[in-house]
Amino acid sequence: MSKTITLLKRAALLGLLLAGAAPVARAQADLLGQLEQDPQKDAPRQVVDATFKATRLINGHTVQTPGEGTMVFLISHRFGPLNSGSYEFFGLDQATLRLGFEYALTDRFEVGVGRSSLNKTYDGFLKYKAIQQTTGAHPVPVSVTLFGSAAIMTQRMTNGIDYTLGKRTAYTYQALIARKFNTDLSLQLMPTLVHRNLVINEGERNDVFALGAGGRYKLTKRFSLNAEYYYLLPSYTADHYRNSVALGVDIETGGHIFQMHVTNSTGMIEQQFITQTSGNFFDGYICFGFNVSRNFTVKQRTRRI
Amino acid sequence: MRNFLPRLGQLGCLLAGLLAFGVPSAAQAQSKYLTRAGHISFFSASIMEDIEARNDKVSAIFDLTTGQVAFSVPIHDFQFKRTLMQEHFNENYMESEKFPKATFTGQLLNAAQVLKQLPSGTQTVEAEGNLVVHGVTRKALVSGTLQIRDGQLVVFAYFNIAPADYSIDIPLLVREHIAKSVSVRVNLTCDAVTPALVQQP
Repeated sequence: MSKTITLLKRAALLGLLLAGAAPVARAQADLLGQLEQDPQKDAPRQVVDATFKATRLINGHTVQTPGEGTMVFLISHRFGPLNSGSYEFFGLDQATLRLGFEYALTDRFEVGVGRSSLNKTYDGFLKYKAIQQTTGAHPVPVSVTLFGSAAIMTQRMTNGIDYTLGKRTAYTYQALIARKFNTDLSLQLMPTLVHRNLVINEGERNDVFALGAGGRYKLTKRFSLNAEYYYLLPSYTADHYRNSVALGVDIETGGHIFQMHVTNSTGMIEQQFITQTSGNFFDGYICFGFNVSRNFTVKQRTRRI
Repeated sequence: MRNFLPRLGQLGCLLAGLLAFGVPSAAQAQSKYLTRAGHISFFSASIMEDIEARNDKVSAIFDLTTGQVAFSVPIHDFQFKRTLMQEHFNENYMESEKFPKATFTGQLLNAAQVLKQLPSGTQTVEAEGNLVVHGVTRKALVSGTLQIRDGQLVVFAYFNIAPADYSIDIPLLVREHIAKSVSVRVNLTCDAVTPALVQQP
């Protein structure tokens, strides 16, 4: 009799254990799983940002625009060519400068102005992020930013031509197409049209077409290698000028981005470095240069959660 | 008599088995509370500047039969007032592409007592468990309150995180800008889960 009672006890105990333990164990494993199990099944659509660190790759623009309400102060500097020799202190005696301000009216649209010492040129541009790369359901593979600029050369000229404001102006139109392949690698293509209102040489066309290509590779979180190349499509300009080549690094320190590079272009706006680059990079016409950009939050984002 | 007793034992087993798998799972379905739109915010106060961000895409689940808790935060959805901070947060500090989520799985302390008193009013609770941030798992103790209001479970929780504990590297140059300890607040309003929502595949 006592034997049967122990049997009963055991059965009941086993049952109790099962009742108590099994659902707990199950719940433990499942709780986070249930959470991750999204009702829509698809991964959420997410914009891929920070394709590049700065608004410039080296000489030209990237697809990046600053965030809404951010002002960027950009100081760009190009020294003279390395092959100018020791008399010119390997190019450091000469320098061209561009000072620029940019302001983002929205997260996708920015305006900028600048002044270059080369030919005393003023420039203004508009930049709009038309398409943003996304991940998730129906991903968009690339970001596309549209860029348009006007540059007015204000240097006093003594070559007998009557330089009206119109004749001093040149326009640039670009579609910047970039893809961030992973956190480290981003590549960009830049089909470009530069229109000069005035060309002087026989056979030179007002419109110059070029195709740019470039990219960055991040070596650390705050340091990247950049390269940029603009190929001039066959034309008078392609025969008489050089393609623009540039290699450099980005160094990010909080609100500053330092870009240091070597290039064969001394201009820092499209109309200058795409259509007026004359030195051969591979013959030693290598100019050291840097861009320093500082971001200021002028207006904090107002939309709150 | 000798034949009858083992049968009784079998019956006992069967009954216990039914209890184990039938009754509790029915109770479980009614006692789970879930949200996919919870709020989380963090605040870092330092001499140089204050840093604040919010996120309203927190998923959380509470099992009130067992006192178990889990929540999941998509890092990329933190919104900052300064866009550059947001970019640096994702790119340089949290590496949100590599570690897209922060999660917490834990167990309420004194669960039985707390859960018994929950219907009668707001309960101050503590949960202990694993907090996963930036790919690093650490034991964490989270304090907060639970309340049942209009059939919903209202949760408020707060805790502190030291970025250094989760191998979030802060360069020397900006070390003064970011607090050693960042305070985190969680606000959740969870709906009772209808069994269809958590049905296993």
